Amino acid sequence: MEWSSVLRALAGGALIGLAASIALLAHGKIAGISGALGRMFAADGGRSFRIPFVIGLVVTGIVAAIIAPASIGAAVRGTPLLAVAGVLVGVGTALGNGCTSGHGVCGLSRGSGTSLAAVLTFMVTGAITVAILGASS
Amino acid sequence: MKPVVALLTGVLFGVGLLISGMATPAKVIGFLDVGGAWDPSLAFVMAAAIGVHAPLVWLARRRSAPLFDATFDWPAVRRIDLRLLSGAAIFGVGWGISGYCPGPALVSVGAATTPVLVFVGAMFATVVATHAILARR
Repeated sequence: MEWSSVLRALAGGALIGLAASIALLAHGKIAGISGALGRMFAADGGRSFRIPFVIGLVVTGIVAAIIAPASIGAAVRGTPLLAVAGVLVGVGTALGNGCTSGHGVCGLSRGSGTSLAAVLTFMVTGAITVAILGASS
Repeated sequence: MKPVVALLTGVLFGVGLLISGMATPAKVIGFLDVGGAWDPSLAFVMAAAIGVHAPLVWLARRRSAPLFDATFDWPAVRRIDLRLLSGAAIFGVGWGISGYCPGPALVSVGAATTPVLVFVGAMFATVVATHAILARR
């Protein structure tokens, strides 16, 4: 672990916490990305937040790919394995009602025991998966 | 104004993810590789995000309404049940395979490589479909 990556982690994390706070204080919304994506077209009042929020994330990535390409790392698994992983992340976050942002950042900040249970569960199964597959394949 | 702020919230969140290293799958897998060459630096992303967000959640709880809306969309209190834990477990496996959780995956679309586009396509289709099926029950 290098100090520079700890500093980047702290700075990036602070911005993520700030963005989650703006979502809450300005829009009254939980900045959970899987929920924003999964209910993107759901016909309720939250659509006017979810759609531009998701577009903002994608636009940031497009701009970053041009001006700071090193900030987006290369995929570490082959395409077939990533297709499987995409399905698992999509179905799992919908069933579990959240991901690293909704349960991790937002849920833990609220002191939610439910979110803590979810975070511990996906950390453990994630670690087991890496232990089985290895760090690259 | 409201959609513009929502878009900028997504941009801020995305910049945080890019700075933090979360959009580098090798780094995420290094974080989950507890039994191998463990890189704990990404734990500081979560720590900083919660450090910023938790006091502002406390503030939001003392307000009757957010800036742009009539009510706070607090998530319904959910029990820790089999659906939550199995969903989180499935998500963790997909996260461990790919090194992508939903936010970093959306940001990585900017790189427009085949593996990440396949991952995001699979994730997007299944998270929307699963939410739609669950909402109908």
